[in-house]
Amino acid sequence: MIDITDLTKQFAGTERPAVNGLTLSIAEGDVCVLIGPSGCGKTTIMRIINRMIEPDSGSVVVGNRDIMRTDPVELRRRIGYVIQQIGLFPHWSIAENIATVPRLLGWTEQRVATRVDELLTLVGMDPGIYRERFPRALSGGQKQRVGVARALAADPPVMLMDEPFGAIDPITRTHLQDEFLKILRALKKTIVFVTHDIDEAIKLGDRIAILREGALVQYGAPETILTSPVDAFVEAFVGTDRALKRLALISAAAAAEPIAPAAFAAELLASIRPSRTILAEANLRDALAQMLTSGTDTLAVVATDGTRCGILTLASVRAQIQVGTRDSVVVDSRAIAP
Amino acid sequence: MLLIEAWQFLVTHPGRFFHALATHIMLSGGALGLAIAIAVPLGLWVAHRRRAAFTAITIANIGRTLPSLAVLALVMPILGTGFAPSLFALTLLALPPILINTYTAVRQVDVDIVDAARGMGMTGAEIVRKVEVPIALPVMFAGIRTAAVQVVSGAVLASYIGGGGLGDFITAGIAMMAMPQLLVGAIPATLLSLGTDRLFGGLQKLLTPRGLRPE
Repeated sequence: MIDITDLTKQFAGTERPAVNGLTLSIAEGDVCVLIGPSGCGKTTIMRIINRMIEPDSGSVVVGNRDIMRTDPVELRRRIGYVIQQIGLFPHWSIAENIATVPRLLGWTEQRVATRVDELLTLVGMDPGIYRERFPRALSGGQKQRVGVARALAADPPVMLMDEPFGAIDPITRTHLQDEFLKILRALKKTIVFVTHDIDEAIKLGDRIAILREGALVQYGAPETILTSPVDAFVEAFVGTDRALKRLALISAAAAAEPIAPAAFAAELLASIRPSRTILAEANLRDALAQMLTSGTDTLAVVATDGTRCGILTLASVRAQIQVGTRDSVVVDSRAIAP
Repeated sequence: MLLIEAWQFLVTHPGRFFHALATHIMLSGGALGLAIAIAVPLGLWVAHRRRAAFTAITIANIGRTLPSLAVLALVMPILGTGFAPSLFALTLLALPPILINTYTAVRQVDVDIVDAARGMGMTGAEIVRKVEVPIALPVMFAGIRTAAVQVVSGAVLASYIGGGGLGDFITAGIAMMAMPQLLVGAIPATLLSLGTDRLFGGLQKLLTPRGLRPE
């Protein structure tokens, strides 16, 4: 869907290029997270895709069209754009904000109104309550919901998101990430997502591109990045707790063993002690935390309807950590650019 | 006593009074209209051009410090006397506040809002029309209000260079020590200034977009 080839950009008056010979291919429907320390060029790359920044050389093809041969205004109307500061228009109601691109595209008011209500509902805001309100009446989290709805308005196949949850308090952020994940999966948009938060990258990304000084260091699925970091830089970047992060990607159901000899006892315990059961869709990181707090090494895995899926033992959690994990590499602190 | 005499002067010379009032309003209205037509587009333009902005704003700031009478006096040797030179001088007087406020108002619009607008595919003209001007409007209009009041009061001085208006009664009144005649010019001129301020204050509130009005 997005093919970046040999992209280079150096800003006037800077010593080294912000983007340095980058080649990256993003498949249709994927969430590609661009991540790296500040100054790694992640935002610049994102902004080149909708021509907010003009590259020095290289090419970017979005959906078979070379962006340099597409009118920037027309290009941007086909690409959703969400920024950390949101940038809602304060003089327009929530409905008018969401209607921005559809109106630029000349949709009929009837169609615009239907779409606005549809999107407000999608991002979990009651259209009856919020349609006519103004941005200043919203909380930070609500503003970004509107920001996302506005970007989705004309149903663009591609979305660019620059740290959309960066300025939102941690509790609301987690909540928005979860909801956003659901919406993204349902809509199958191709998304370029910029963040500096590795946990967010692992949670939301189908693929993670780790960048350093404008070049790609590693590009792969979150599990791959966590289990086999290509070098000390990536390893240090994902953190020493990468084993735990990996556990967060595996559901309890996936690691559960079918009813084993110990099952009877576990099931018996589970029926008495709710702290010894875990939901099937919970992840192994939560399962591990629960084992540690309740002082047990066996949890009964249950589905939401209450049926038992199997049992989860500390040994099976540990086995998951070891799958594919390379021998530890000595981390060279100089490898981490400030 | 003086007020009654002034009233008597007015009713005995209605033609002269209404002619002067009409001239006064035409002079100020014309000058304000011209100044808006020049300073608003210029202000919008320089707000997007850093280098031009510096020059324009410096000139405007110098212009703002010039006394009204001095502007009129400076115009006379070049353009002579009458309605047109007065109109020109008053327009000059009204330009700085409108230009400075338009520029400041547009520059104050949050850069993130403009970035979002551009990123969604608005053209430069659409950004100005749909985003910058509506958000800048209250501050822009404050400049227009200042200019309007300045022009309406400044128009009294047009009489010195033969521009006519209510100032004619004042200058004649002073020259002949005729206080009633002086008041026939001074009172309506004062009321006109106050009325203009009120009118533009009301318009300013009316033109402020709902989402930007104080709750």
